Amino acid sequence: MFKEFFDALLEGKVLGIRCKDCNSYSILKSTCDNCGSKNVEKVELSNKGVITTFTTTYVAPAGYDKECPYVVAFVELKEGCWLVGRLDIDANLADEIGQDLIGKEVEIYGKEFPNEPYYPDKKRRVVPMFRLIS
Amino acid sequence: MEKRDVAVLGVGMTKFGYHPDKSLAELFAEAFFEAFEESNIELKDIEALYFGNFVGEMTDGSANLGGFVADEIGLKGIPARRYEAACASSSVAFREAYYAVATGLYDCVVVGGSERLYNAGTAIGTRALATAVDGVYEITAGLTFPGVFALAARFYSKKYEIPLDELREKMAMVSIKNHKYGAVNPKSQFYNKFGDLKVEDVLNSKMICSPLTLFDCCPMTDGASAVILTTADKAEDLIDTPVYVLGTGQASAGALFRQKEDMIRAIPRKISSEMAYKEAGLTPKDIDFVEIHDCFTIAEIIASEAMGFFEYGKGADAVAEGVTSIDGDLPINPDGGLIGKGHPVGATGTAQIYTVAKILRNEYKYNPVKAEVGMTDTLGGDFGTLVNIILGIHRRGK
Repeated sequence: MFKEFFDALLEGKVLGIRCKDCNSYSILKSTCDNCGSKNVEKVELSNKGVITTFTTTYVAPAGYDKECPYVVAFVELKEGCWLVGRLDIDANLADEIGQDLIGKEVEIYGKEFPNEPYYPDKKRRVVPMFRLIS
Repeated sequence: MEKRDVAVLGVGMTKFGYHPDKSLAELFAEAFFEAFEESNIELKDIEALYFGNFVGEMTDGSANLGGFVADEIGLKGIPARRYEAACASSSVAFREAYYAVATGLYDCVVVGGSERLYNAGTAIGTRALATAVDGVYEITAGLTFPGVFALAARFYSKKYEIPLDELREKMAMVSIKNHKYGAVNPKSQFYNKFGDLKVEDVLNSKMICSPLTLFDCCPMTDGASAVILTTADKAEDLIDTPVYVLGTGQASAGALFRQKEDMIRAIPRKISSEMAYKEAGLTPKDIDFVEIHDCFTIAEIIASEAMGFFEYGKGADAVAEGVTSIDGDLPINPDGGLIGKGHPVGATGTAQIYTVAKILRNEYKYNPVKAEVGMTDTLGGDFGTLVNIILGIHRRGK
């Protein structure tokens, strides 16, 4: 299932589920994040959202160190669910702007990065990327 | 189900820090024999081992540790099992050990843990720790544990409308407090170090994940801890000062990004602590001091709110006002906590029990706190596992 999410992401689509019981949305998963129901349907979510929080990472785990420094962010989609990914911005600039990045609108896309030994998909590692709009 | 009262018979803990010369099992043995010596029992009285370890596979190339550890301490043959729940590994083990004795499965068991993250080095250590975030979505983005709490700090600042600079200064006070207490604790990783930090020292130390600096973070640590549990009836016959297990709670959550705004409310911790209060028949007001999971400065603040000690958004003020100092209304981490004492992940939960037991028995002389009831709080992952344990010098309801 996660592979389907990242395959779609590379085509610019964000896959999720809509719960038929509580009508809330989650990033693709077997059950609803909100109520746990499995009475869900797969849907394509908005590929836009707003930054809710972020951090510039200066010390990375083994396998990610060559990408350092990078900015990890949480984004809230129009449908209400959140997604984790990377902000497509210079790391120093992100820290210069600081808290004012929160609330900024972004467009979501997928980008392939070098794999690391422990990642569940042994063929490729895709990261959700967030590009600032305007 | 009718439960028997359970008591702590003995506690042990290695010095926290760098242990290149001892294996996971050998480190645990050192903590175990300290606990065993004060328990007034014979080795054959111990019926089972509950052993916490997080990433033995990655740091020591070793899993399936139950049997090896039991054999190392002279208990080959007994049921022995490793528990893994990230930083809450030995707290989960403790809760299961407690229930085994409370329900009559065993009369006497040993619980504890060991970990060697310092020895593994920063790159492997950071990757090993990151196995406790969501293994698909969060890891591919490169989210680390300092990253988790950096995200939380920024969101906390925004949500509660506390300017980030002001929040960072209050967070720094958690580091100053915990380092001050850790510096006088001989078992601390930072014994005799960093006991007199200033706000500027914390703010200006190396940036790890903005806005968290090195002094906002607990260190990578090697260490072990052990606790021997038995029935309250037996403990009263064996030792002078049993410490009773009054209540326990445990809860869980999924990936942090799926917890959304709750990432600063730590809902599993609210559930877990309320479970513990209910079993103990107590409220947050009855707790004299707490060992809180301060893996990062902001983590201690968030935890103190979720456990019901302070209103949401007010925990940072409590630190700044000295409420959580050893002479305040609610001392938090009088032994230095994870920041000052160190954080050998799988050993951390029962190391918290070690301090609580020592303080309740009036044996902890470094940062004395007068107390009849103490509590632990251990967080595994980004709120994936939460365990709270309440201990006291009187039996439940007495």
